[in-house]
Amino acid sequence: MLLKLKIFRFEPEKDEKPYYQTYEVEADPMDRLLDCLNRIRWEQDPTLSFRMSCGHGVCGSDGMRINGICGLACQKLVRSFNEEVLIEPLPVFKVVKDLVVDLSPFFQKYHSIKPYLITKTPPSDTERKQSPEEHERFEEAIRCILCACCTASCPVNQNRETENYVGPAVLVRAFRYLFDSRDEASEERMGLLDHKDGAWGCQTLWKCTEVCPKEIPVTRAIGQIKKRIYEAKHEG
Amino acid sequence: MNFTHDIIIVGAGLAGLRAAVECVGQADVAVVSKVLPTRSHSGAAQGGITAALGNEEEDRWEWHHFDTVKGSDYLGDQDAIEIMVRDAPRVIYELEHMGVPFSRTPEGKIGQRNFGGHTRDYGQRPVKRACYAADRTGRVVLDTLYDQCLRHDVKFYPEHYVLSFSFDRERCTGVVAYDLATGELLSLQAKAVLLATGGCGKIYRTTSNGFASTGDGMSLAYRSGIPLEDMEFIQFHPTGLYPLGILVSEAARGEGGLLRNRFGERFMERYAPTVKDLAARDVVSRAILTEIREKRGIDGKDYVHLDLIHLGKEKIEERLWEITSFVRIYLGIDPVYEPIPVQPTCHYIMGGIPTDVDGRVLKDEKGSVAPGLYAAGECACVSVHGANRLGCNSLLDLLVFGRRSGLAMKNDVLRYGHGSISAEPLKRMESRIKDLLVPKGKEKVDSLRQKMQSMMMESGSVFRNEEGLKKGIEEIRTLKERYQEVGVSNQKKAFNYELMEVIELEHELDLSEAILLSALHRRESRGAHWREDFPHRADRYYLKHSLVLLTVKGPEVRYKPVKITKFQPEARVY
Repeated sequence: MLLKLKIFRFEPEKDEKPYYQTYEVEADPMDRLLDCLNRIRWEQDPTLSFRMSCGHGVCGSDGMRINGICGLACQKLVRSFNEEVLIEPLPVFKVVKDLVVDLSPFFQKYHSIKPYLITKTPPSDTERKQSPEEHERFEEAIRCILCACCTASCPVNQNRETENYVGPAVLVRAFRYLFDSRDEASEERMGLLDHKDGAWGCQTLWKCTEVCPKEIPVTRAIGQIKKRIYEAKHEG
Repeated sequence: MNFTHDIIIVGAGLAGLRAAVECVGQADVAVVSKVLPTRSHSGAAQGGITAALGNEEEDRWEWHHFDTVKGSDYLGDQDAIEIMVRDAPRVIYELEHMGVPFSRTPEGKIGQRNFGGHTRDYGQRPVKRACYAADRTGRVVLDTLYDQCLRHDVKFYPEHYVLSFSFDRERCTGVVAYDLATGELLSLQAKAVLLATGGCGKIYRTTSNGFASTGDGMSLAYRSGIPLEDMEFIQFHPTGLYPLGILVSEAARGEGGLLRNRFGERFMERYAPTVKDLAARDVVSRAILTEIREKRGIDGKDYVHLDLIHLGKEKIEERLWEITSFVRIYLGIDPVYEPIPVQPTCHYIMGGIPTDVDGRVLKDEKGSVAPGLYAAGECACVSVHGANRLGCNSLLDLLVFGRRSGLAMKNDVLRYGHGSISAEPLKRMESRIKDLLVPKGKEKVDSLRQKMQSMMMESGSVFRNEEGLKKGIEEIRTLKERYQEVGVSNQKKAFNYELMEVIELEHELDLSEAILLSALHRRESRGAHWREDFPHRADRYYLKHSLVLLTVKGPEVRYKPVKITKFQPEARVY
């Protein structure tokens, strides 16, 4: 089938403002949208820039806004579109070129919540024990591939006044460590999250959960962080 | 621009990050990667990491040693394999202590599952040896190691593409890197450079590998006069999702999945009577392609079925969540109710840059060290995988030898000062890029690449013969000539992926030639290298590693001995 791709173009040093360019690609219904983008780049316009790596939804490189909804281009098949698809960079982040955005603020916020296991008890010679039930608590959260689709979709992050909010992806990773039975820094972690730009920045708008390419119940995870902080403060 | 560090690590996959974690704090270390951190292809590893922990049933490192040697079709160096398998339990516990979220047994220990070629009692029956986190093991280990790098403030040069090395006489003294975001060149000076750049699966049309797997590190070493070892051994993973080639983890069979032909027959019983679907990958891939050649593929087409239905929805969704999601997304079918169409897909390069067991690059068959240069992971060849790698031994290799390289580098750099700085390498790359950016435009990178990928499938994949290999070499050489006419029409500085792909293609063409030439010279069948015209293993002539070296007259094939310690070669049956 013939697919039209209307793509956001912008080169900050050269273009006064962004514009849209439409390309036509002959595609198989089972092709990935990423295949179409590559065909444009290889056959029609090598100046089009976008990130990609694994091509099957594991590395998290090709997040973009597709017909208004953030997702991975490698996870969308041509057959799910009608004649024309609108492709734009992830919102929230600064555009570096075309569909490539500057993710450094995303990774800085990620760094800020101490995304690593903190323990005080020295480990034994073998593994620390963790029951399947304890593992199960954060099993869904470890699917996160840091593609930033959730953060880009979050109306709180999109709002200039609240853009310092760490955002859902970072909170998913915070959840993953806070609810890991092996971690021994829950107080410190809750301290890092207990403010208006931390867990309380979330206004429970569900956009993150709707777009997550790995089907992580993001809003629920953030809700559990809030509940944990609330209970810790009101205990005794 | 010039920057100086003690250690430069090229590649941010598991080998590179593990090495970085080892050195940080004790040496000034920087990681250079052409993709953003966490986007490296180690993250696509699914099934697990092997270690004889014995959490689920009795296991011993001696059995792991034997299985790996047998899996390698006796071409792996047995001393290096022993180091790896004995270190394996420590590696797993260390990862667990760092925070890797492994799946668990009911007693709370690290969960282990079956994987192809891993057995108890020296081949008697399958053993649960692969430590796993559902079917996303590579990704969670990559995330954990990245998190450790953040914790210890490892310096990253993200989206920087390494174009060449700098040398001070013989010693490697750094790299020249191209900043993808700005199009600027950087000279990074170091006392030690570690190549951890992964494989080159993208030279084949059907592959489980990501777009970045173009063998840059292997090729850069090769062009600097370092030979490449055992390049004829290319692993085709038996179960690539048809037709895309995306990996469907061997864990699917480890958990009880079965391969079936058009008659519903469990055909692996005929090819590997003892361990059946859990035979080594080379054996299973040949079996699948034999079924297809003999018209027993599904509907006469070139795939067979991987049947998980009897495992039940709960187990499939818990242990195999990722692959279940791939099948649903890319084929629109549900593996809970329908079998998965699969075909072999290029997955792993057993060969690579020869190193000692501490990552030091070896520049000749006598084992002389190339000073300042180190390699680890898929781009290296220690050799622990020989002619065929067993599943879940690659993550183990990355972690064991990534760490050992890190240890070696941080000790070695204490003994050396920085070499003299020369502007020459950077200038050379500047003019190279300038040349490429002249739009000659006669040849397009994509059409040349497609031809190469088809050619490699035809002549250099699972079944090979002299005629096909010779034809392949000729075609690749023609493509190399045509490559001289390739132009970059994109003149922009920021994120010029066309320029990067043109440079990658040059690497890929060199490696294609090296692979086919090594394969042509090995007139026997061993592991993943199957010659239709020489269908037997010939230990008398070929129980040796090949080395392909780029000389002024072109590539030349040489050999070096295999290290045999405990296990004399035997017939390899599963």
